[in-house]
Amino acid sequence: MFVRLARIFRLGIKELYSLKADPVLAALIVYTFTIAIYTVASGAKFEVENAAVAVVDEDQTALSRRLRDALIAPFFKEPVLIGADQVGPAMDSGRFVFVVSIPPQFEHDVIAGRTPTIQLDIDATAMSQAGNGASYIQNILIQEVLAAVPSAATTDPINVVVHARFNPNLQSAWFTAVMQVINNVTMLAVILAGAALIREREHGTIEHLLVMPVTPIEIMLAKIWANGMVIVIAATLSLVFVVERLLGVPVQGSVPLFVAAMVVYQFSVTALGILVATVSTSMAQFGLIVMPVLIVMNLLSGSTTPMESMPVWLQNVMQLSPSTHFVALSQAILYRGAGLSVIWPQLLALVAIGGAFFFLAVLRFRKALQAAQ
Amino acid sequence: MSGPVIALKGVAHRYGRAIALDGIDLSVPAGCMAGLIGPDGVGKSTLLSLAAGVTRIQAGTVEVLGGDMARAGWRREAGGRIAYMPQGLGRNLYPTLSVAENLDFFARLFGQDAGERAERIAELIGATGLAPFADRPAGKLSGGMKQKLGICAALIHDPDLVILDEPTTGVDPLSRRQFWELMERLRARRPSMSVIVATAYMEEAERFDWLAAMNAGRVLATGSPDDIRRQAGAPTLEAAFVALLPEAERADAAPIPDLPRQMHDGAPAIEATGLTCRFGDFVAVDHVDFRIEKGEIFGFLGSNGSGKSTTMKMLTGLLPASEGEARLFGAPLLGGDMATRKRVGYMSQAFSLYGELTVRQNLVLHARLFEIADVEGRVGQMLARFDLADVADMRPESLPLGIRQRLQLAVAVIHKPEILILDEPTSGVDPVARDNFWRTLIELSRQDGVTIFLSTHFMNEAERCDRISLMHAGKVLAIGTPEELKAARGMATLEEVFIAALEEAGMGRTEGAVELRQRPAAAPMPVRRFDAGRLWAYARRESLEILRDRARLAFAFLGPILLMLTFGYGISFDVENLPYAVFDQDGSAQSRQVLEAFEGSRYFQLHAPITSPDELDRRMKDGELTLAIEVPPGFGRDLLRGRQPELGVYVDGAMPFRAETTRGYVQGIAQSYLADARLRTTGRDTSVYPITIEPRYRYNQAFKSVNAMVPSVIVLMLVLIPAIMTALGVVKEKESGSITNFQSTPVTRVEFLLGKQLPYAVIAFVSFVSLVLVARFVFEVPVKGSLPTLVLGSLAYVLATTGFGLFVSSFVQSQVAAIFATAIIAIIPSVNFSGLLVPVSSLSGGARLIGLAFPAAWYQPVSVGVFAKGLGLADLWLDIVVIFLFALGFIGAAMLALRKRSA
Repeated sequence: MFVRLARIFRLGIKELYSLKADPVLAALIVYTFTIAIYTVASGAKFEVENAAVAVVDEDQTALSRRLRDALIAPFFKEPVLIGADQVGPAMDSGRFVFVVSIPPQFEHDVIAGRTPTIQLDIDATAMSQAGNGASYIQNILIQEVLAAVPSAATTDPINVVVHARFNPNLQSAWFTAVMQVINNVTMLAVILAGAALIREREHGTIEHLLVMPVTPIEIMLAKIWANGMVIVIAATLSLVFVVERLLGVPVQGSVPLFVAAMVVYQFSVTALGILVATVSTSMAQFGLIVMPVLIVMNLLSGSTTPMESMPVWLQNVMQLSPSTHFVALSQAILYRGAGLSVIWPQLLALVAIGGAFFFLAVLRFRKALQAAQ
Repeated sequence: MSGPVIALKGVAHRYGRAIALDGIDLSVPAGCMAGLIGPDGVGKSTLLSLAAGVTRIQAGTVEVLGGDMARAGWRREAGGRIAYMPQGLGRNLYPTLSVAENLDFFARLFGQDAGERAERIAELIGATGLAPFADRPAGKLSGGMKQKLGICAALIHDPDLVILDEPTTGVDPLSRRQFWELMERLRARRPSMSVIVATAYMEEAERFDWLAAMNAGRVLATGSPDDIRRQAGAPTLEAAFVALLPEAERADAAPIPDLPRQMHDGAPAIEATGLTCRFGDFVAVDHVDFRIEKGEIFGFLGSNGSGKSTTMKMLTGLLPASEGEARLFGAPLLGGDMATRKRVGYMSQAFSLYGELTVRQNLVLHARLFEIADVEGRVGQMLARFDLADVADMRPESLPLGIRQRLQLAVAVIHKPEILILDEPTSGVDPVARDNFWRTLIELSRQDGVTIFLSTHFMNEAERCDRISLMHAGKVLAIGTPEELKAARGMATLEEVFIAALEEAGMGRTEGAVELRQRPAAAPMPVRRFDAGRLWAYARRESLEILRDRARLAFAFLGPILLMLTFGYGISFDVENLPYAVFDQDGSAQSRQVLEAFEGSRYFQLHAPITSPDELDRRMKDGELTLAIEVPPGFGRDLLRGRQPELGVYVDGAMPFRAETTRGYVQGIAQSYLADARLRTTGRDTSVYPITIEPRYRYNQAFKSVNAMVPSVIVLMLVLIPAIMTALGVVKEKESGSITNFQSTPVTRVEFLLGKQLPYAVIAFVSFVSLVLVARFVFEVPVKGSLPTLVLGSLAYVLATTGFGLFVSSFVQSQVAAIFATAIIAIIPSVNFSGLLVPVSSLSGGARLIGLAFPAAWYQPVSVGVFAKGLGLADLWLDIVVIFLFALGFIGAAMLALRKRSA
């Protein structure tokens, strides 16, 4: 047993040398865990931020101007004044997501208590901003009118107070940054482990290993621990330095627990990478198969849009993907500060799925070697 | 012919710090068979590739066919008159294309019409005996047949100069003889044709008209074989060559010792009985029997593809035997038997050590894997014994083949195996290095008593074996000592025995059925700058390759549809079915009334009530609840007394988008509750607020994600998949070596690139049509706007995205790098910054620029505009023009990045 572990260790060290000798891959790892995370987290935000708004002001009074000025940064870009006839073309071209139309006689009607109507045009193809932005604008406009015309206010019988837990200001960067780390962990783990196996097969070195006292299981475990370790270290550094320091995202839960979970996750995704590698006959095929697999695993894992919004059948299918479980447990640990007592079912699922991938890969290993010849 | 066909003056060439050619002056006479001889790495290949115009000239002048090869104009003109066959078996052929299709491609490159093509192909394959295999894929041909096909391809346009780089390395003696006979006949048909060949076989060089002996980037001697022998005063070319070498390099060239074999007792080291291996219907090894005694050197001879390697792999346990039995040391061979593996050393045909590890690291790794006790000591011994100490810290990639083979042997014997299985260990190695290699083998066998089982194509090596076996088509034809085999047939040399045995077995009988027509030198055809026929030749070839690769084809057409289905259903911004629970500390009629308002909503799903603050905390933490509503004690009482009690709502903020939407829902419900309450108390349906706001969801009245997502997913699919497929197009040729066809023929960069792009653009466009159909009929998202505009925009877009793939492909060096680079460069802007997730108008700073610098952000308005907004050309022409400009830009950039000549 000890001898086997020593061999797995030796082979893994060799993997690390191989990785070191490939500057392109090394650069790729650095890039994905720094620049890629930073630009996506700071550039593409899901919250209403910088939304492009236009205002059609047919009232031109103090109140209508006050409403215009209420749409402020960082939620909205400086509102642009347009004419009523421009609403259609401006929205068609996608220049604005929202157009607020204030009717003539607006101020007059408010003061007279005639409840005038403001029309809000929403580009409903901008799914991520349309709904939330619209409710922002409605709230802002109402609050402004109430503040400007206090006589029109009535007191509500109850006071609804909404508390957002775990992320009080609902900043999307908190979410995106960590989810990007997870997505990149998935992407690199699958690609690195799979490509490492295919490279050995294409260079014939795997044959060499197989005539030595080394079993396929040992070869695969060596690839898993070595590549997995590199990614876990890179991801942890990225979490601490890029996400926590640079992007200023507070991490609620225990980072050691998250790293431990990531180690388990590594096992399942690197095993998947190896499985895909045993299914494909060449590097080109590997690339073609792996790309859709990765896109599906990342986009549908709950790391981009909510799991509950997907059809139930698809949610069930996605339970087969390790990324779904890892995303769920990472959200629990990192945002809600959950402990082992909460996340153990997901950990168990990761071990089971990883074990299944690994088992299939072992079955395919020699067959794939022969098919590639 | 007047003047030399190739004239070099002061030509020098280096790769980094390594010097390949060191100021060479050389004139190769025209109209004859000229040869370049010398060991590996002396610059033969570099010289030939310079003459072929495939490699950029670094210093000196290279004149070929009377013109300066530094001039692009002359290269283009001469390209139609030169044929170049690079080193390696079938390296410039396309393995999935059939023999006839390969030739058809080359004929098209030289602008031949259908009639001419058919006639020439029939003539050449008839002459080479390839006619019965016209429909067989080139990759399935044996090595000798591949080289014959290579020659046909080279001669399809009647070149004036044929450049062959080691055409017979790794080819068996019979195929080699047939190859040279064929060359003689083809030359007779066109006497003005000049041929220049590089070779490591000295016996082949004997039949050339003129030779140049090269060493270390310099020319040692030139002249006819007789001249060279006379200059060196040696009886054979091989000896002459050694004599011409500088003193220092000759030191090793002592004769090989011929030590007697020691006899050992006991079971034979290797014993095969009825050993058979089948791959599907194909029988690679057919009931083979042999015994190899301990300490014996046993040689395996045979044509390419005769089953030698397969037999060896079965003996190492790499391949399971379909039938029969192999015994090592008297015990049957089992796949997972670790103890046996420690007694066997194996060296595969291709170099199979880790190129990224140094020589020492490779040795240490293997020593440790074999659990050798004294790793340091043993590695030191190996470095000394195999003369590797000087290169211990270098990577094998940078070493000459001879040294690499020594390293492979060192690795194979590091654990002191009792059996060595060596698969063509000296293929491609020059004579001096081969002799050194054999010295070590003989030492291992005679001194250490190691059993050696090796395969070879060299007859002088076969002579050195104790016993040899001849193999053909999976069967052993003869077995015995070299003397026994020669005596049995009464022949003088093993080569004759070998050829006779193979001819008897039916190899090479289809030769020479067709008479060759005389082809006098014709006036050279003018080479056009742009030729649609050449473009089409590439487009056609690429299409054939894609059609042959089922996996790629399926991926190209089904991949996008599958992904669209997953995304269309999966990526949804519709927030529904949110699990929530209430913590009702009041339990009054009033509190129930408020909570009822939530129960009716389709957005929420009620879970079991919460009973304590701790429970609320825990259930939100483990993610069971995304929403919790807390009703404080005395809520009902306070409400009735008008004290404005507080309703506490907790939202899980872990996913901000969902939380935001949830907050909106809660406010909406609260408002409608308040309006109801007012109606109940005042009896009047008045507005809560002084104004009303009437939201109008344009383009997507139902505000359903799918209507917006489906057109956006088309944007994503039409970039990722076409770009990745195209990105492999050029670089695949770089890796396989067929890029030399582009470099050495008159085809231009535009023709080459557009020819490559065309099939992928067509595939992408078909895929676009299928996606629109899926959108319309599966997701029921109709095209509201102008369909022709969408088609036009999509056409531009697929040209741009395939152009992008082409661009990546022309600057990267490996397929892996191409996949990585395309994925990384393309995924981030197209997923995050194209409007798929966040509207482009809301992007800020760098993100917006990155987005706009990629065609996806320009196509998104076209796709969404036509699908959802009902727009037409008048609204979208600018975007479409920009996308077209991207297409042109990418193709232009690809042209700049693609080099017609390598460094």
